[in-house]
Amino acid sequence: MKHASLLTLVAAALSVASLRIAALSVAALSLGSAGAAPISYTLPDETAAFKAGPNLEVVQNNCTACHSADYVSTQPRGLKFKKDFWQAEVTKMIKVYGAPIADADVPKIVEYLAATY
Amino acid sequence: MLDRRELIKCAGLAALGTSLTSATAFALDTATLPFDNGERPLVRYPQKRPMIGLTSRPPQLETPFSIFNDGAITPNNAFFVRYHLAGVPLDIDPDKFTLEIKGKVSHSLKLSLKEIRKLRAVELVAVNQCSGNSRGFFEPRVAGGQLGNGAMGNARWRGVPLKTVLDMAGVQQGAKQVTFNGMDGPVMDTTPDFVKALDIDHARDGEVMLAYGMNGNDLPLLNGFPLRLVVPGYYGTYWVKHLNEITIIDNVFDGFWMKSAYRIPDTPCNCVEPGTAPKATIPIGRFTVRSFITSLADGARLKPGSTMLKGIAFDGGKGIREVAVTIDGGKTWTPAKLGKDLGKYSFREWKLPIKLAAGPHELQVRATNNAGDTQPTEPLWNPAGYLRNVVETVRVTAA
Repeated sequence: MKHASLLTLVAAALSVASLRIAALSVAALSLGSAGAAPISYTLPDETAAFKAGPNLEVVQNNCTACHSADYVSTQPRGLKFKKDFWQAEVTKMIKVYGAPIADADVPKIVEYLAATY
Repeated sequence: MLDRRELIKCAGLAALGTSLTSATAFALDTATLPFDNGERPLVRYPQKRPMIGLTSRPPQLETPFSIFNDGAITPNNAFFVRYHLAGVPLDIDPDKFTLEIKGKVSHSLKLSLKEIRKLRAVELVAVNQCSGNSRGFFEPRVAGGQLGNGAMGNARWRGVPLKTVLDMAGVQQGAKQVTFNGMDGPVMDTTPDFVKALDIDHARDGEVMLAYGMNGNDLPLLNGFPLRLVVPGYYGTYWVKHLNEITIIDNVFDGFWMKSAYRIPDTPCNCVEPGTAPKATIPIGRFTVRSFITSLADGARLKPGSTMLKGIAFDGGKGIREVAVTIDGGKTWTPAKLGKDLGKYSFREWKLPIKLAAGPHELQVRATNNAGDTQPTEPLWNPAGYLRNVVETVRVTAA
């Protein structure tokens, strides 16, 4: 009896420990297709930020709700990718993706993008 | 591509890694893709080994290319990730998950994951590749995700044929297409939700699959847990993740992601003169034929003499008939030995012993499928940066 309860205790302690590990590790949570435990996934924090430049605040206010700054910083660079390129991108964000950007902000955003990237 | 030094660093950190779920960003190092502005952070995400970070919100992760040399199957923790919209479902209870099948059917269905798992399962090895894989190599460059060659992967998918659940619901006469919507969604209500469509006959071909398993495990969350569409031979845009809504319709779906996005030129080569716009477009479909050298990275140095060249090839579902290599600029092509056939939708491994004299060399590889389709020696161009399949060249130096 004594042994049995000790074993139960050890087993309980072990399962608490393994639950802790599972809770700490999303990788562990996903293992075992029979297990139907809810998954809670934490994306890493963002590190990419918009570089300093003219109208930075306007850009931050309009662009960051839907996507991170690396969407901009990884685009092709060079003379062919200045005002016209960025104008087309901002227009796409408004017309295609429904970004609620005020008309007055559009040239400011384009100026920032062309000057900074 | 990673150089050897970066690989060693990654390997060391990966060994420490499984319990890291730190909410703080964790850039391990950087990788440099071989085109202008190709610097990328190597990032660690839960359930993933260090990956090439393209964007963080929504997350887009590219597979470090060296992984394709490890075998024909891409491990779940190295499989690329591509989202369009930042509303990624991060809390999922598989017991509460349901898949709805509705529209032009005799009776709408709501199936739990348990009910789906009880249906007769099938397995299929198939490549998933992003339409814009390799976009960064386009010349002239085009806007969009600037990917190297790592937005592809090959997995053994397990699930049920889509046909099974469509038959259970009873597709009505006159049905034309089937639309697929997942749990991910836009941040703004004004942004079109990511919904894709297949023709009814394609949807009922018995191969299109509702997959819950990937290489013997559940799908990783960022690859569509708990259920995703698998459309063998077709670009990843159709492989809707977190799939929970299937609608049968009697018209051609005109949502943004079919009607305006993911379109290719309606020309015989699906290409146009570089820098020009196509007159007419059609939705993107099957993969073009591709092949890669995986055992040597561009810029590698090796000893003169014999070396075993290794790589992979795949196509949109006819199956690979031949892979050939040239080390003399295309004067002579030598057929490689094909590896195990894991099915017509899979990566096909190949290898070929070659001898290199001291000096610089350009190694090129070209695959041909069972329909006789092959790869162009000059890149084909389209404004969205899709379908890239030029003969790949790896420059090495024997010294």
